Amino acid sequence: MAKPKTIIEKVWEQKIVHEEEGKPDLVYIDLHLIHEVTSPQAFEGLRLTNRKVRRPDLTFATMDHNVPTLNRDEISDPIAKLQIDTLAKNCEEFGIELADMHHPDQGIVHVIGPQLGLTQPGKTIVCGDSHTSTHGAFGAIAFGIGTSEVEHVFATQTLWQDKPKTLNLKVEGNLGPGVTAKDLILAIIAKYGVKMGTGYIVEYTGEAIRNLSMEERMTICNMSIEAGARAGLISPDEKTIEFLRGRRYVPKGEAFDEVANEWLALATDEGATYDKTLTINAEEVEPQVTWGTNPGMGVPVSGATPTIDTAPNKEEVRLALEYMGLEENQPMTSIEIDHVFIGSCTNSRLSDLEKAAKIVAGKQVKDGVKAIVVPGSFLVKMEAEEKGIDKVFKEAGFEWRDAGCSMCLGMNEDIVPSGGRCASTSNRNFEGRQGNGARTHLVSPEMAAAAAIEGKFVDVRTYQ
Amino acid sequence: MEPIKEHRGLVYPLNRTNVDTDQIIPKQFLKRIERTGFGQFLFYHWRFDDDGNKRPDFNLNDTKYDHASILVTGENFGCGSSREHAPWSLLDYGFRIILAPSFADIFYNNSFKNGLVPIKVEEEQINKWLKEAEEGTLELSVNLEKKVITDQNGTEFAFDLPEYHRQNLLNGWDEIALTLQLEDEISAYEKTRL
Repeated sequence: MAKPKTIIEKVWEQKIVHEEEGKPDLVYIDLHLIHEVTSPQAFEGLRLTNRKVRRPDLTFATMDHNVPTLNRDEISDPIAKLQIDTLAKNCEEFGIELADMHHPDQGIVHVIGPQLGLTQPGKTIVCGDSHTSTHGAFGAIAFGIGTSEVEHVFATQTLWQDKPKTLNLKVEGNLGPGVTAKDLILAIIAKYGVKMGTGYIVEYTGEAIRNLSMEERMTICNMSIEAGARAGLISPDEKTIEFLRGRRYVPKGEAFDEVANEWLALATDEGATYDKTLTINAEEVEPQVTWGTNPGMGVPVSGATPTIDTAPNKEEVRLALEYMGLEENQPMTSIEIDHVFIGSCTNSRLSDLEKAAKIVAGKQVKDGVKAIVVPGSFLVKMEAEEKGIDKVFKEAGFEWRDAGCSMCLGMNEDIVPSGGRCASTSNRNFEGRQGNGARTHLVSPEMAAAAAIEGKFVDVRTYQ
Repeated sequence: MEPIKEHRGLVYPLNRTNVDTDQIIPKQFLKRIERTGFGQFLFYHWRFDDDGNKRPDFNLNDTKYDHASILVTGENFGCGSSREHAPWSLLDYGFRIILAPSFADIFYNNSFKNGLVPIKVEEEQINKWLKEAEEGTLELSVNLEKKVITDQNGTEFAFDLPEYHRQNLLNGWDEIALTLQLEDEISAYEKTRL
């Protein structure tokens, strides 16, 4: 019998175009997603060298980072507007399909890929965006690239990449009631740190992962990069197949069943070995809240901020507490917030909004708290509205916006003011991420919803 | 890309760990469609207050580092987003070499593509150089051909770089042009795809 292999090895071997001693592998790229922020210089590079986009048919564009979520037609910042217009022009010139701001397929690039069925098991998927790891939830090798690499993929449909080391992140047991995929990935990063995965592709395995829905799996893989891993993935199973069946860009009828069997065969073989294995017990994971300025600085909601003297990285902890305006050993449930953001490529899908809506139904957002919900795509927004979820949020005092990256990184008008404090379902709590001087606490949609009502963090497991 | 074989320069010490790309270049400066002119925005909110005045407590504003071209810093430098604006801003400001115990994967890769050289150096040595550059001034010489860093006393420190990237740097090669020489293999591969 052949040596058992991980999905990472199986997919990688299929993609090698050229191998040579002393060089990385030249690997083929099956899907190239692009957006307005990291592509203009790459297109300009093509023009300067008189090169073309080799496979416009494997390239798909949308507008997400800069787009307004209140009034689509009004981009007040002329530089942002130029960037948006430039993408439209470039897509036309190079023949690339674009879901622009007004297109029904528009949305955050990592939400629409799976939604359209562009994201498929066994594909290599790249995008000039570090959260491309999201697509790994389907058993794809998906990773973020810089603009030079975007240009390289445009021109050659390939990339030079070192064969990745493999890391098995084994999740034992099952998550308790009220504990979400977001809490699990935050707990993993808190336990193993923000460079756990540097140089690796992470495969998430174990019972708890199998029991997650596809949308929850996307939340997990999305934050692989926050643990330092360019890519994180999950072996495909029946859930993967059923999610993709009938989507626009997957094969139809019998052809789908055939390809589905090939996808299932990509799953990691029994007995395959990894370069490194780490474990976490899902039973012990509580709802998480970050207190600091990187995603690894998180604790259970029942916990408190650290003390500087007992921290291994004293100076880093001191600077983080100072920036966040928090005391040492301060209970998380004592922290009051004034902003709530439910959205981003981590947590803006229909199930995220449904779960948050359940918490806020019939209640009111605390006075003085500004709370916004930004669906991940036009389609998510439409589906939520069909279910009346928008009304639940609006009646509770939330703003209901159009799709985009929005307050996750505040490239449009959606920013948290200096000194403001936000319970956010996004993925990064870096200094100034949501606005200069803004303070970010990363949480699940349920935890963010409850914080909006109470004006401070509460444990959703006991929240009535 | 200009070839880079050797570089001698003044060290700027940034004594922080996990410096993320949002700190290197904040998002409000990512809207431009050019590759150049990003140096003025480097470490923007550390360098400038809300009114645009220089913060005296941030050491890059110390005039003794005005002509620094070698950045020495803590582990996991460049974590976070894939924005190539990070290496663009460092280069445009005048940095050519970054010395740190470790780098985030995407930033590491992006740097090489632009001729900014990220070199991994043991933490103990980094801490010594941070201290020397903070207390006085430190000049280092980096030789990519010999793979050695030489300090002011002539002491040599060996380092390693991935050979593929080192050759690209030494020769200033256009990576896309090199890949396009493999056009036949790419086309052959495409024929095997479904």
